[in-house]
Amino acid sequence: MASDQPAKNRPEPSAPPAPPSAGVVLDDVAIQRALMRIAHEIVERNEELARLYLVGIPNGGVPLARQIAQNLREIAGVDVTVGVLDTTLYRDDRLTRGIRPRLRRTEMPSAVDDRLVILVDDVASTGRTIRAAMDALMDFGRPRAVQVVALVDRGHRELPIKIDYVGKNIPTQRTDHVELRERAGGEGMEVVLMQGRGAPS
Amino acid sequence: MAGRVWLRGGRVLDAASGRDGRADVLIEDGRIAAIEDALEAVGDAEMVNAEGLWVAPGFVDLHAHLREPGQEYKEDIASGGRAAAAGGFTAVCCMANTNPVNDDPSVTDYILDRARKDSPVRVLPVAAATKGLAGEVMTEMAALVAAGAVAFSDDGKTIMDSGMQRRVLEYSRLVEKPVMVHAEDRTLVRDGVVNEGAVSTKLGLPGNPAVAEIVHVARDLLLAELTGAHLHVAHVSTAGAVAHVREARARGIHVTAEVSPHHLTLTDEATLGYDPNTKMAPPLRGKDDVAACVEGLADGTLDAIATDHAPHAVHEKEVEFTAAPPGVLGFETAFAVVLELVRRGALTPLQLIAALAWRPARVLGLPMGRLERGAVADVVLLDPARPWVYDPAQGFSKSRNSPWAGRELEGRVLATWVGGRLVYQQGRGVLAP
Amino acid sequence: MMGRGLLAIEDLEREDIELILDTAFHMKEVGQREVKKVPTLRGRTIINLFFESSTRTRTSFEIAGKRLSADVVNFSPSSSSLTKKESILDTAKTLDAMDPDAVVVRHSVAGVPKQIADELAAPVINAGDGAHEHPTQALLDLMTVVEEKGRIDGLTVTIIGDIAHSRVARSNIYAFTKMGAEVRVAGPPTMMPAQVETLGVKSFRSLREALDGADVVMALRIQLERLAGALFPSVREYSATFGLDRAKLRYAKDDAIVMHPGPVNRGVELSHDLANRRPGVILDQVRNGVALRMAVLYLLAGRKRGAEGEVD
Repeated sequence: MASDQPAKNRPEPSAPPAPPSAGVVLDDVAIQRALMRIAHEIVERNEELARLYLVGIPNGGVPLARQIAQNLREIAGVDVTVGVLDTTLYRDDRLTRGIRPRLRRTEMPSAVDDRLVILVDDVASTGRTIRAAMDALMDFGRPRAVQVVALVDRGHRELPIKIDYVGKNIPTQRTDHVELRERAGGEGMEVVLMQGRGAPS
Repeated sequence: MAGRVWLRGGRVLDAASGRDGRADVLIEDGRIAAIEDALEAVGDAEMVNAEGLWVAPGFVDLHAHLREPGQEYKEDIASGGRAAAAGGFTAVCCMANTNPVNDDPSVTDYILDRARKDSPVRVLPVAAATKGLAGEVMTEMAALVAAGAVAFSDDGKTIMDSGMQRRVLEYSRLVEKPVMVHAEDRTLVRDGVVNEGAVSTKLGLPGNPAVAEIVHVARDLLLAELTGAHLHVAHVSTAGAVAHVREARARGIHVTAEVSPHHLTLTDEATLGYDPNTKMAPPLRGKDDVAACVEGLADGTLDAIATDHAPHAVHEKEVEFTAAPPGVLGFETAFAVVLELVRRGALTPLQLIAALAWRPARVLGLPMGRLERGAVADVVLLDPARPWVYDPAQGFSKSRNSPWAGRELEGRVLATWVGGRLVYQQGRGVLAP
Repeated sequence: MMGRGLLAIEDLEREDIELILDTAFHMKEVGQREVKKVPTLRGRTIINLFFESSTRTRTSFEIAGKRLSADVVNFSPSSSSLTKKESILDTAKTLDAMDPDAVVVRHSVAGVPKQIADELAAPVINAGDGAHEHPTQALLDLMTVVEEKGRIDGLTVTIIGDIAHSRVARSNIYAFTKMGAEVRVAGPPTMMPAQVETLGVKSFRSLREALDGADVVMALRIQLERLAGALFPSVREYSATFGLDRAKLRYAKDDAIVMHPGPVNRGVELSHDLANRRPGVILDQVRNGVALRMAVLYLLAGRKRGAEGEVD
């Protein structure tokens, strides 16, 4: 994989590039490293850590948000609020074609007013999920600012959405499918790419 | 048109004589001129190839609603007569619940006049038993018979007052005509619209219990016994009614009974889709009732198959189930529907033809329903194996309310002769009057 | 179920019910937010076609639709085809031409929602048809029991009242049975439908026996206007034999809950006490009603007949 774009301020060299065909593109070790690095970046960029509010977008964004929160506790000694925000009811795609997607849990333990909300998603592509999450967020209140974490950015943006913190950029075809999932055998997570399997989200 | 017609090589079914076998039939001058195993010397007779087909007496329907006078938007004597011809019926009794009610000789005259002009088949008026069907004052039975009435019935209503029912039966002995009763205790029916049972419970619709019919059948049989009148039970639908009629017949009570094609073949489960074209009065009943009716027909307890042809306009049936008037079309599907009983082995072909032609004629005491030399040539040609799809819109009735709409049926009337005249031919339509 | 609409619990599989309940619990969370509105059904039109008047159910559907940002239109024609110029099916065909995304139908005669569904491309939701079914009521009742008891499997549910004329009873019998509960019915003999056991329930003439070991007791509304004198001799006698109060409730399990579809005839089916306080959960039922109806509208609105698709 030739064009592996480094994220901002990343001091370490990247791991050897994974081949572009089907397979694991981020193993558990790489994921944990990325999440630790992202936590450092968050601390660097934001002064008032007490205002942070990590909001995970189900399903994949939730464990990632929790892990980042734990990392922030380790690095900076702050206890950051973690919430879960399902975006299904705010999606903009044509839902009438078929069966409605199943709803997922939403749990927002605090109000979002005047907080610094950091949305956490697993795989970002078109930007529509992030956009839906922002619409949902606005119905909850008025955050002071919103930033976005994506473990993987696979490109093909259709909306002007910026990802502030990226774990890894992975170039893909539109028809590829990229997914964060639990490792077979239970321990840890991994990101897989399957060629020609689906539409970007 | 006193033509000569030679029906050649068909299976001739005549219940009166017991004939069931291959034979030729010659029609001449409106009568059956000859029935022989093989006819020769038929000269210029028009030959009809009846190989593989049935030749039977024209069917006689004891119970139909022609809706004229007064409700011609549903049906009239012309359209009803055409539908009857297409169904193989050469004579139909028309019930009195018209508007005005046929409770006066002038209305009977009107009906017969219209029939003479417009109907390809014979129309036999059944006059009301009480004035206006109100169950209070008897009609002038003698005058009505003189005008042409063949029987009396308050069908459409029931005479709830037992004393009145007794008097009607008693008085009918003056004219010795059958009194046809729609046996149903309205206080037990209340607002019931489907058979009371597991199906009505599932549907959430008010139920019409079988006992409503049985109670009145029992009552009317006892009154028939008391008065010696000829009681005819219309549209039997319950096992209990069949049992009572059987027992009364054994005791020598003068009772006859009819059953409809739908009560012989459909159960209340047909109403599970809330289609108002499955709403009849009496309602479709349970499996055991249907089985008892079939058995009753087979053992002769029930004399006749009568269609209770009850046309209703499309807009009248396209409403919520409780608001729809009960009743369905019957003429054009009757043969195919009841033929099912022969295919199942419940009836022989001869028994079927007896129930459709000979025995109804016996109920009325009229010279019809038989194929023998000298008899009037009311004849039908039937193909018991022909498959077809019933589309009421293509039928001759003005209405479309049938539970068999769109169904694949087997068995068709190919031609109908009334008094030797071809009035209907499948494929060509109704040819007379 | 999902293609045609929601006409009857009888037509649903257990998985369909579980999906609806799962969705309903999520919708309940929406109702607890500050902004109780999501844009999911924006631009969709829902028609409430109520031939039989019912402020409670209609309002519940209206709020549900509005919380999903749908445009809700109320249409209350006169109830009988006999008294109005336009027949029910003509009304349905007219509505179909306006291309709604869902039509909610209530009628006093059983079968009308199905007859209407046969004419419409849009999904039809049965909001109560005669004595036949009231699917959303049964589903919100299931939801309430799940909240209280954590499950349905293995529970004993006793339904008391005019079972013969009750669509709530029928829908609940199907719903609770499909979800694994044992259902009993009790009431005066004149109010028991013919062959009621064919629905999969046991019927009782004695309230005490029917309540013995019950986890859920559901009292149905008696229609005093229609039935007193004809089907039972007096309100007093009904209340004495089948009315529920704390004393009689002791025959049930200690932690039994009491439900009622509303509105309650206080002192007849339920004592004032049980109508207002726990273990009566009537207001919870109402609250769940909006969430449940949001779930049903979410799952159905906009899906045309024959729509297929992949599960997301």
